[in-house]
This record gives sequence, C-alpha cells and structure tokens, in this order.
Amino acid sequence: MTKIVRRAYAGTIESSDVYVELEPCDCGIDIQIESVVLKQFGDAIRGVVSEMLQQFEVESAKVKIVDRGALDCVIRARVEAAIKRGEGEQI
Amino acid sequence: MRRSMLFLPGNTPNIIINGDELGADAVILDLEDAVSPSEKDAARILVRNAIKLLKFEKSEVLVRINSLDSEYWKSDLAEIVPLKPDVIMPPKMSCAADVQAIDSYITELESRLGIENNTVKLMPLIETALGVENAFQIATASRRVCALQLGGEDLTADLRCKRTKEGNEIDYARKRLVCAARAAGVDAYDTPFTDVNDDEGIYADAEYAKSLGFTGKASISPRHVAAINQVFSPSQEDIDYAYEVMEAIRIAKEQGRGAISLRGKMIDAPIVARAQQTIAMAEELLMMAGGRYE
Repeated sequence: MTKIVRRAYAGTIESSDVYVELEPCDCGIDIQIESVVLKQFGDAIRGVVSEMLQQFEVESAKVKIVDRGALDCVIRARVEAAIKRGEGEQI
Repeated sequence: MRRSMLFLPGNTPNIIINGDELGADAVILDLEDAVSPSEKDAARILVRNAIKLLKFEKSEVLVRINSLDSEYWKSDLAEIVPLKPDVIMPPKMSCAADVQAIDSYITELESRLGIENNTVKLMPLIETALGVENAFQIATASRRVCALQLGGEDLTADLRCKRTKEGNEIDYARKRLVCAARAAGVDAYDTPFTDVNDDEGIYADAEYAKSLGFTGKASISPRHVAAINQVFSPSQEDIDYAYEVMEAIRIAKEQGRGAISLRGKMIDAPIVARAQQTIAMAEELLMMAGGRYE
C-alpha cells in the first residue's frame, strides 16, 4: 500500500494539461473534479484517476483534479507524478 | 529518413500531443533544457506515457536526456529505454568515454529488460569545443551511434563568442562534424536556426548546411519544419538528372561502352553514387507521400 504523507501536486492548468493535487487523509478516496468537459468526460476522468490510485495502491487521499482537456495518457502521467511526490515509504 | 527534427518540450502536453502532426520527419522529446529541475520527474513520466500511448506514425521519436554531469540521466534512461524509442540523444558528449558511459548503462537496461542488445540507437549531441575536436572518436565510440547532432548555442558559449545569424563562429564545427560523421559512416544533423520569426533566414541557413553535407537539420520551431524539409529534399531537377544518369549507365552497359558522358560531362563513380542516393531518397519521399512525390 502507498501512503500519501504530504500534500503534492503535478501538472498545470494550461490547455491539454491537468492539475492534480493530493492531500493525506484517513477518509478513503475523495476525488473532486473540475473540468471544461465535465459533462461529457467527468466519469471517464474519474475512472482513469481511480484506476491509477488503485494501480499504486493508494487507499486514502483527497484528490483535486483541474482538467483542461487532457488526454488519458496525460492524466495518467500527472496522477502518477503526484503520487510519487506525495508518497511515503511503502507499507 | 530524417530531413527535419523538431525539439518538443518534454513537460508540455499540448505540444507533445500534436507532435506527429507538425510535419517533421522526427520529433525530439526534450527532457533537458526545456524542462526545469523541479519538473524533471513529471516530464520523464509524461514523455514515457506519450511514447507508450500516443501514436507517432509520421514522425520518428527521439528523446533528449539530461547530461552526464547531471543527477538525472540514469533515471531518464531507466524510464525511457523500456519503451524502445527510436533514438536517444545524449547532450554535451565531449569524448568517446562519454558515449561509452551511456552505452554501458543502456546495455545494462536492455539485458535486464530482455531487449535485444543495441536496439536503442544514440545520436550524440556535440556542443562543446572538446566534443568538436573529438567528433570522430565520438561517432565511432559505440555501435549504437547512428548520427551526430551539432548544438550551436552551448558550443558558442564554450567558445566564448556570440552566436550570430550568419554562423561564422560555428563554421569550423559544422565542417568538422560533417567530415567526422561521414568518415564514421553515420549521418550528420545541423544545429537549429534560432530566429523563429525569420522565415527567409531559415532557407539560407538550411541551404548552407545542406551544401556542407549535413543529412538534415534540427529545429526548435514548427514554423521552420517545412523549409527544412524542402531544402533537404531532392528537387525535381535533381531527380530527373539522377534517372538520366542511371539510364545512360544502362545504355552504355548494353552497348559495352566503358566511358560514359551525359550532357557533355563524364559520368564517373561519385556521380552514379549521388544519383543512386537521390533516387533512393525520392522513392522514400514518394512512399511517405502515399505514392505522390511532393
């Protein structure tokens, strides 16, 4: 399991990018999404973010996503970078 | 075939995702100068995902890693080599040992990952005075080396002179690099023309590079790609002449003649070799254009 031990972020709010912010918490996974295409792709973005958190075995974190029309591969990259910046030692 | 190679900043998604549509024969995803130290980790992951998940069908993909004197180059290679990019461009290569250090770590990674040895090629970026003087040793330091790339900006800083549009200060380096690369049997690529707003100057700069023997030219702006492609493509006149040369050779052979002349000029081996290169390039361009030469 990967524990998020510090507030960490990755990405930007520029076009085609996504800003991902992680905060430690003990309340499970809480994902907040802001996106220019929330209606059309909100569920898809949430799915990709959840998948990445599962892949890195993050079980508890507050996740803030500010999407600017990022492709799947960009969302994955930014979530991964944020996890690696925020993680403590593996449990 | 690489006529144009376009540098793309490695941490900028909106540029990378359009990289295949910018007309360049190759894109160079840059983890070095275009990425700030605090973003090296994020850029590495983004570039890895881009290679893995985006389709680059029109452009070959190169990755410029960070220099040997940085703390990043091994992490760059560890992240990128598993994706088997076409070519890795290590910057500031100044001697054979520099290339061998990169080669050795890639070999270790390839073995660990079960990738066939020598799959990943190298295009050393030569941008120091020492690198220019050692260009041939660099080009022959590893079987992975497929070309040399000149970097004019860092080189002029090392030479302690000003980089100018005319480029007199890098003239020696350009000529030495082409000669070293050709002697080693690899390609040579010219430094970018850095005035992105000078749409005329790029033609003159690329024409000059071509006249020295460079295979192609790097660019930092998509605006320069079309000019570079045009300059480094054979003209219709070149292609017609090349076919005439080959036809003259065929007829002379049929007639059992040794000496051949065309348009009043003797056709000798170097002219035939040049004609064959021109035809090979024209045919490759024809294939790239879907059967229509442009």
